[in-house]
Amino acid sequence: MSAYKLIEVRDLVKYFPVTSGVIRARKIGDVQAVDGVSFDIAAGHTMGLVGESGCGKSTLGRALLRLIEPTSGSIRYQGQDILRLSGRQMRPLRRKMQIIFQDPFASLNPRMTAARIISEPLEVHNIISVAERNLEIERLMSMVGLDPSHAGRYPHEFSSGQRQRIGIARALALQPSFIVADEPISALDVSIQAQILNLLVDLQMELGLAYLFISHDLNVVRYISHEVAVMYLGRIVERAPVESLFAKPRHPYTQALLAAAPGFGKDQRQGPVLEGDLPSPMNPPTGCRFHPRCPCAMGVCRHHDPLLEEMANGHAVACHLWSAYV
Amino acid sequence: MLRKQMADKSIKATAERTSLSPGRLFLRRFSRNRAAVTSAVILAVLYLSALLAGFIAPYAMDRQNRQAPFHQPIGIRWSDESGWSRRPFVHEYHSGKGITGYEKAAGKRYYVRLFVRGDRYKLLGLIPSDRHLFGVDAPGKVYLLGTDRFGRDIFSRVLYGAQISLSIGLVGIVITFFIGLTVGGISGYYGGTVDNLIMRFSELVMAFPSFYLILAIMAVLPTGMASSLRYLLMICVLSFIGWAGMARVIRGMVLSIRERDYVTAARSQGVSDWRIITRHLLPNTVSYVIVAITLSLPGYILGEVALSFLGMGIQEPMASWGNMLQAAQNIRVLTSYPWMLAPGAMIFITVLSFNLLGDGLRDALDPR
Repeated sequence: MSAYKLIEVRDLVKYFPVTSGVIRARKIGDVQAVDGVSFDIAAGHTMGLVGESGCGKSTLGRALLRLIEPTSGSIRYQGQDILRLSGRQMRPLRRKMQIIFQDPFASLNPRMTAARIISEPLEVHNIISVAERNLEIERLMSMVGLDPSHAGRYPHEFSSGQRQRIGIARALALQPSFIVADEPISALDVSIQAQILNLLVDLQMELGLAYLFISHDLNVVRYISHEVAVMYLGRIVERAPVESLFAKPRHPYTQALLAAAPGFGKDQRQGPVLEGDLPSPMNPPTGCRFHPRCPCAMGVCRHHDPLLEEMANGHAVACHLWSAYV
Repeated sequence: MLRKQMADKSIKATAERTSLSPGRLFLRRFSRNRAAVTSAVILAVLYLSALLAGFIAPYAMDRQNRQAPFHQPIGIRWSDESGWSRRPFVHEYHSGKGITGYEKAAGKRYYVRLFVRGDRYKLLGLIPSDRHLFGVDAPGKVYLLGTDRFGRDIFSRVLYGAQISLSIGLVGIVITFFIGLTVGGISGYYGGTVDNLIMRFSELVMAFPSFYLILAIMAVLPTGMASSLRYLLMICVLSFIGWAGMARVIRGMVLSIRERDYVTAARSQGVSDWRIITRHLLPNTVSYVIVAITLSLPGYILGEVALSFLGMGIQEPMASWGNMLQAAQNIRVLTSYPWMLAPGAMIFITVLSFNLLGDGLRDALDPR
């Protein structure tokens, strides 16, 4: 873990105002999609982000790229706070931070050929002369495992795995150093998932990319990540190096997630299976947000919000069960 | 060996398969839909003949023949009792007993000739001319669809009427779409309070009982008003009612496309707003817009017909399909002179064609 910190996120908050009223909207509350999240991502490393649907994973990923404007907090890219930049100042940084989407059908404009999809970022940033553009498109396509002779085809002529590769080629066109992968394989067939996953790993080795890998599949996250953060209702409840997290999950929520995940060996600790649904992020529970569903909830959990505290060797957890041991 | 050849062949076929653009795919799918293609051809013929009405119509719109009110249609023939002819001809008719009924005058043939001289008109409203596509020498008459109460040729009037009835839809839809696209686009793109205000206003417009509003507006117009001005006003009123629904649809489309991942991808790559709108948003609304246009055109045509039928639209002696139908209101006319319903048949054909065309376009553009 000696690599330098490429991305530093501190106390990132994103509230979506909820309004009502016919003509003039009155604010009646906030959806606390991301509520005070902090983590670092080292260059060339992968941070896995897991959690239930609706816990704010995707919002966090998009907020990192300022595709959603965060409410407060800071995001540093190579030490520079990108939230203070104007749209114009942001443009050169956009090249360095890219995103891969979940749905390979919605992420490609159906009216553009593969070549035009991949070359649009090149044109917009004018990085490559027109003459060299075709060569670059060919290079990118073969890099992600596509046949360059298919450059003139439209998205509907590709399979979902191939489409996802086009999406990856588009993200790579600007030679980024950080990519948010927003559930990039959950919409694919199982047989294709492994191919795309391996492609992402190969590209990371080759190009030294850093990923924020968002997923709800623990097996996948375990395979690709160096570090894992577990999110619950807008907060990170546990963050640890991948081996440490899977060997010794500390937070009751993480334990429950692991217990519920299929495919782990019998030696896996049998935690309780979670009941109930995610509470409304508009009106989160007081104290620890997990306490209404927590099998180990204590009196203190109801009133006091636990902080994310680091224990040994980079393993951090936000739980009163463990704060006593710090 | 054989298997290897087949494999080679299929590889070759895949390689040679040219990439199909969405446009090509659309044309291929559309041309398979026979009803839609037929409708497109019918509409093309209708609009073309409306454009060239003066030339195709054998008589002027207001040419009266007081000797021949309610004349039945005269067929063009190639033969009669005295045998076959190498050129088509019509017979002469004389008024018989009573008010109605004309009897064929035996023997005399009036040959149908092409490019004859006749009533003066202006081609496309510009080029003065007196040549007509076809006609017969006086005193012969060629009334393909019969005549009305004043002895005016219904075929000619249907063509002139098409100029108004068909163009009102086009002009109306252009105005509606201009307002609808702008308002809906702004509403969808900016959202928030702007969106709210615009949408509430458009709901207000939609909540109006539109036909009564049109009736009221047209009814207060002075009767002496020039027909062309009336025509323009009618378009404006129809469009004013129509834009709201359109704006809502466009707004919804812009809203949904704006949230698609490929637009997010473009934003994450620093693509400018303008480029996003022109390269990503608008091209993906085109198919919906085309279909919406085709399917809402009949509404305008029927709107004009209804107004003119009630006497609030195009006034005599100008012809429109609606005010021609007005003459076919009572049962006596209908039973004695059924050819007075010709404009009704035209309306039926036009509206049906537009609907079939719209369905075909939608299936071809959006096969899901």
